[in-house]
Amino acid sequence: MTPLYSSRILRTLSRENAFYFFTSVGNYTGQRAMSLEEFANKIRQIPTSSLEFHFYRGDFEKWADEVLEDTELTKRMRSVKLLEPAGNNLRNQLDFAVSKHLEELKSAE
Amino acid sequence: MKLKNQAVSLDSLDWKILEALQENSKQTYSEIGRRLGVAHSTVYDRIRKMEKSGVIKRWTVEFDLEKLGIDYVTACMTVYTDPKESENVANALSEAKEVLEVSMSLSEELLIIVKVIARNQDELHTFIARRVAPLQGVMRIRTSIVTKKIKEERILINKK
Repeated sequence: MTPLYSSRILRTLSRENAFYFFTSVGNYTGQRAMSLEEFANKIRQIPTSSLEFHFYRGDFEKWADEVLEDTELTKRMRSVKLLEPAGNNLRNQLDFAVSKHLEELKSAE
Repeated sequence: MKLKNQAVSLDSLDWKILEALQENSKQTYSEIGRRLGVAHSTVYDRIRKMEKSGVIKRWTVEFDLEKLGIDYVTACMTVYTDPKESENVANALSEAKEVLEVSMSLSEELLIIVKVIARNQDELHTFIARRVAPLQGVMRIRTSIVTKKIKEERILINKK
């Protein structure tokens, strides 16, 4: 993990590329994440219904892959999916995966 | 003659022609003239005037998408906005091809009410997530997907 790679993933995104949290089709919570760090914080606050909605649609891994271009995080999210977590267990699993990855990126920066 | 709020002054014959056109806009000038007891050229002149003044905005056709075999979903979207940005949000929404109607309402909060159409729920969500939520001033969105339409009519004018 090079400093350049880390800082690119940790960058602040444009409004168009931010992650917008919904609870179901078309129902936007008003919460968004404009960087991976903000995403890590929001995971702790967002209603579990929103986490479940996005997680099982594959929205998180798609955002990690296509917007952040973070292959490692994409892989980690896919491995969380294998556990089929729900509710607060999902929140904890995601929090662990994202926070750990964030720490690694920050230390490499 | 222009009245307040850009209203155009119409006489009773104009109103009757509009009523006839709303019932069936494919009627010929002669048919409308016969029904109203005036010459077809009078009907033609009145319609031309109403087109020029913008009273008649456009001539169009309504399709039955289900009969055409086109799958689609419609939804009513309520967009809660920062009042300072609501006009810009409404204008941006009006430009999207997925948007059929945009209205504004001021109840307890300033709301933009939008009728949206998409091929399926995935496309609907993608449109809202990528094109609506990122608009400056959008605070939250509530969307109801229409599952059954009971009635859809345009208002029938009836002003003598």
